[in-house]
Amino acid sequence: MSLSVPDLNLRIIAPVLIVAISALVVLLGELVTSSAQKRGLGYASLVGLLAAGGAAMGLWDAHAVAFREMVRADNFGVFLTLTILAGAVLCILLSFDFTRAHRIETGEYYALILFSVTGMLLMVTAADLIIIFLALELLSLPLYILAAFKREDERSLEAGLKYFLLGAFSSAFFLYGIALVYGATGTTNLARIAASAPSEMLLIGAGLLLVGFAFKVALVPFHWWTPDVYEGAPTTITAFMSVAVKAAAFGAFLRAFLVALPALAMDWRVVLAIIAVLTMTLGNVAALLQANIKRMLAYSSIAHAGYILIALVAMGGAGVSAALFYLLAYTLTNLGAFGAVIALGEGERERLNVSDYGGLARMQPLLAAMLTVFMLSLAGFPPFAGFVGKFLIFGAAVQNGWAWLAVVGVLNSLVSVYFYLRPVVAMYMSEPVEGWGAPRVAPLVALALVLALIGVIALGVFPAPAIALAAGGLGR
Amino acid sequence: MLTVNHLIFLSAILFSIGAVGVLVRRNPLIMFMSIELMLNAVNLAFVAFARYLQNLDGQVFVFLILTVAAAEVAVGLAIIVALFRQRETIDVDEASILKG
Amino acid sequence: MPVDYLPILVMLIVVSAFAAIALTISALVGPRRPTPAKLSPYESGMPPFGSARRRVPVKYYLTAVLFILFDIEIIFFYPWAVLFRQLGWFGLIEMALFVLVLLVGYVYVWRKGGFDWD
Repeated sequence: MSLSVPDLNLRIIAPVLIVAISALVVLLGELVTSSAQKRGLGYASLVGLLAAGGAAMGLWDAHAVAFREMVRADNFGVFLTLTILAGAVLCILLSFDFTRAHRIETGEYYALILFSVTGMLLMVTAADLIIIFLALELLSLPLYILAAFKREDERSLEAGLKYFLLGAFSSAFFLYGIALVYGATGTTNLARIAASAPSEMLLIGAGLLLVGFAFKVALVPFHWWTPDVYEGAPTTITAFMSVAVKAAAFGAFLRAFLVALPALAMDWRVVLAIIAVLTMTLGNVAALLQANIKRMLAYSSIAHAGYILIALVAMGGAGVSAALFYLLAYTLTNLGAFGAVIALGEGERERLNVSDYGGLARMQPLLAAMLTVFMLSLAGFPPFAGFVGKFLIFGAAVQNGWAWLAVVGVLNSLVSVYFYLRPVVAMYMSEPVEGWGAPRVAPLVALALVLALIGVIALGVFPAPAIALAAGGLGR
Repeated sequence: MLTVNHLIFLSAILFSIGAVGVLVRRNPLIMFMSIELMLNAVNLAFVAFARYLQNLDGQVFVFLILTVAAAEVAVGLAIIVALFRQRETIDVDEASILKG
Repeated sequence: MPVDYLPILVMLIVVSAFAAIALTISALVGPRRPTPAKLSPYESGMPPFGSARRRVPVKYYLTAVLFILFDIEIIFFYPWAVLFRQLGWFGLIEMALFVLVLLVGYVYVWRKGGFDWD
């Protein structure tokens, strides 16, 4: 009996490996650093993430498969890898002063973020359902802990528990879906699933996979954990979850459905179109009713998942590139919005109510202007990134014969303007509320905000290069 | 004669019992045990398919799923214990500061 | 054709109904004849002593979780042990890397005092 050694190609998974090794180093670093030196572990994490970004850029146009076709380096994966890394870098920049103020500044905090990023990067390069599952778990387990990271705060623990129970529940559905796909086709490789004949069992399997993905990206009717978890988790973690998990899970979602299941597209496109309508509508209408800004952004993230789902329904090259561009735009914009909320915190207190934003335009004109830009971008105003993203998605939908879906999306965007502008109106029109000092923005938080702002404006004004990079990268 | 259909049907039943358990029980520990039942139903399905397809991949996946389940146990129990220490109760209906 | 998927729907309904009916029937019509022996907790054949509801130090739980984590990883040694010769150096290096990652976790737990009883 002879065994062949699998085709090891460490270059393809170099970004994943670099982040994983940085995570282990930071974890060990936690043991040998004093509490005053924890900040250094954050810098080490940044170095690891940037190195992974460099390695990922080296994979551009590599078009390779390795490890018995279990991972695939294509431009689709590289684009999402860079998006996730950008989100993680901004999140860590926001975390330095936040963790100190909230007394959760430990090496484990950074190590867990890096472990989660490892899972996300693996998820967008995976070409096999089992790898997608392992990556999904590697992504989720650290996030359950991070959501509950403020151990003396019951809200945080409760968020962690809810996220954990529902996440584990959804993973079980996802796994059962994989089992049925495996039973129907005899393989879990995405390309080989596409090559096998469609059957009823494959369709049930696809449905269960859809449930698993829908939980992770928070699609109606599997969204109800989102507001509770986003409200209870530490704000930096909420920011990270709202963007990076979406990018990773949508990456695998698009890849699984477009590469493995195009033969069943007749069936799942209609279902996804209905889910997209429900998700957008419920997310935006519920966001209208929220007074707490973290809950509002949670419902807004549900609505954005609905917009991105339109791109998946549209399919084709236009749909894929629109989804990628939107994920990048959303990552920068939403991290900017959460960054502004974090920047305005005072010690352990945070400005969570819309009314807390009164009069900020006079006290902090620059920060108020930035938050305004991020909110306008989320609402889809030109000339910001969010507008181009929505334009591309609705354009792809119209082009591929889903015009009515685009109309629903546009109507939803109009509704969303109202709640995105509420904090803006408060900042510029209302009087300051009692009990808050003048906000002081820490330098690293300011750096993160400026980076996000540059990204949002650059993607809005000169979208062509990013659109070109997002186009046509999904390898089969 | 025990065929793959019997095994898959059994695994579907176990999975459904687990899913119903998660939805109707209110104690996180019991909910968690129900989730474990769902995962083991999946393991049964994988083993049955692997035998039916004469393909060892399914057996290997069971190893991976067992490990992931153990990691989930560790994380889940840690969160449950931390919450219990804060609050002296773990009933999820009591865990309702966050509402919306 | 949508009608082709009817059997799936039927199967889903049958499966859910079976779970619901089984739970309901056993709760409704199952005979309840409690005897002290039936009500006593099962402890692997040992006669139970004390109340099962007494508090157990959290230290036990930590040990148990650490045991599960490190114990389950042994599962990956098993296939390697079976194919030890065929896998040769490749297998040895792979397993060494695997153990190295586990070792990082072990050192972390050890230095954080996870193994200290007091």
